[in-house]
Amino acid sequence: MPTFVYMTRCDGCGYCVDICPSDIMHIDKTYRRAYNIEPNMCWECFSCVKACPHDAIDVRGYADFAPLGSSVRVKRDEEKGTIAWRVKFRDGREKNFLSPITTKPWGKHIPKLAEVPAPSKEMRDSELLFNEPKYIRLDDGDLYSLKDAGLKLKEGVYY
Amino acid sequence: MITSNPFAELAAVIPPAAMQTYVVLMVLLAAGGTILDILHKKSAKYFFENAKKAQQNATRSVSGGEKVGIALKTVGKEVLTSGEFDNQQRRMSHLLTMYGFILLVVTTMVLIFGYPAGPAPAIIPLLWHLGALMLAGGGYWFWFGIRVDVSSEGHPWYRVERADLFILSLLATATFALLWSFTQGAGAIGWLFFVLFVAATTALFGSVYWSKFAHMFFKPAAAFQKRITKADGSAENLPTISRAEPEQQQRHSMELLRDAPMDMGLGIKREAPNHY
Repeated sequence: MPTFVYMTRCDGCGYCVDICPSDIMHIDKTYRRAYNIEPNMCWECFSCVKACPHDAIDVRGYADFAPLGSSVRVKRDEEKGTIAWRVKFRDGREKNFLSPITTKPWGKHIPKLAEVPAPSKEMRDSELLFNEPKYIRLDDGDLYSLKDAGLKLKEGVYY
Repeated sequence: MITSNPFAELAAVIPPAAMQTYVVLMVLLAAGGTILDILHKKSAKYFFENAKKAQQNATRSVSGGEKVGIALKTVGKEVLTSGEFDNQQRRMSHLLTMYGFILLVVTTMVLIFGYPAGPAPAIIPLLWHLGALMLAGGGYWFWFGIRVDVSSEGHPWYRVERADLFILSLLATATFALLWSFTQGAGAIGWLFFVLFVAATTALFGSVYWSKFAHMFFKPAAAFQKRITKADGSAENLPTISRAEPEQQQRHSMELLRDAPMDMGLGIKREAPNHY
């Protein structure tokens, strides 16, 4: 089940918007609170759930470890450097987990982005992501891009 | 100008009794609107049902004394300093708007009931103007900096929806209150601003049922309840275990942090959101 936001808890701070790898957590234009704009595209990574300082975002746990009627909630405590999970099954049993946050400072580990030169103007304007052909080895042999295929990058969501 | 009682001059045209009746009517409208809002949304019913559910999940009972302590903490953090906002801009604008509104309402009542036809001690009109200024400052900050923040995908400022009823009527009240006070005695323009001021105030207090005016009564209750659930262990099903407890430090998974300081510093702190 994709993420959903408890509107009364959200204060529109934008942590979830910044962290979402799928870019689907947005701030509602009128109410200034976060919501999932495209639940289909949510891969339930729990990034926004952990990032929310108000615990305003929830996800129903995957059915393989927490069957229907359960609750899976998580708290990321930066001060103490821990992530705590509380899984509550529908029969009342509870499981608690506690582990260290293993996030590393940005760019200091693999890939060592701190040592990579910043993208040039052409790179920024191209349809490829930062260092994409090299990093995903698309330049082995030939590079296939939209341009090669005679296609154009359109703005917005389209199918 | 800002130390003179704006209602004293008005008393020459509008009898103080009419002004006092208007204020009483506005208070009744706010109270009635809030009660209708509660009945319509069934928010009280939902709130108490939720509280009962939380109590069933409680792992410990919270004593009366503890509840008083929690209530005091709620007043100190959530009510008086809007401490629940992590969005600092929103918190500042909320504090300005809230205290400005309280100042404006209280001083208006003191002026209308205490000094209906004569000059008041300079401090009260001064506070009245200060309240209106704070309300306008906080309100415009919210409107242009947060609500219509176009760079952050907000709607443009001229696009108005029903959700904006509260903030816009507040803004109109504060703006026209100040404009009326400054143009009082300048003839038609002063009267025009007075009519707009009264219309905005009536819209503000008359629209409680449709606007979010009543949040000032719900929010403290919700904040208190949230703290109670934390204290009784139900915590809305959120994890309650912490590294501060010695038995948790002995967990196998916590081996890496056994000798780490309790405050891990900024190394893993996420940067403030600014990319949306």
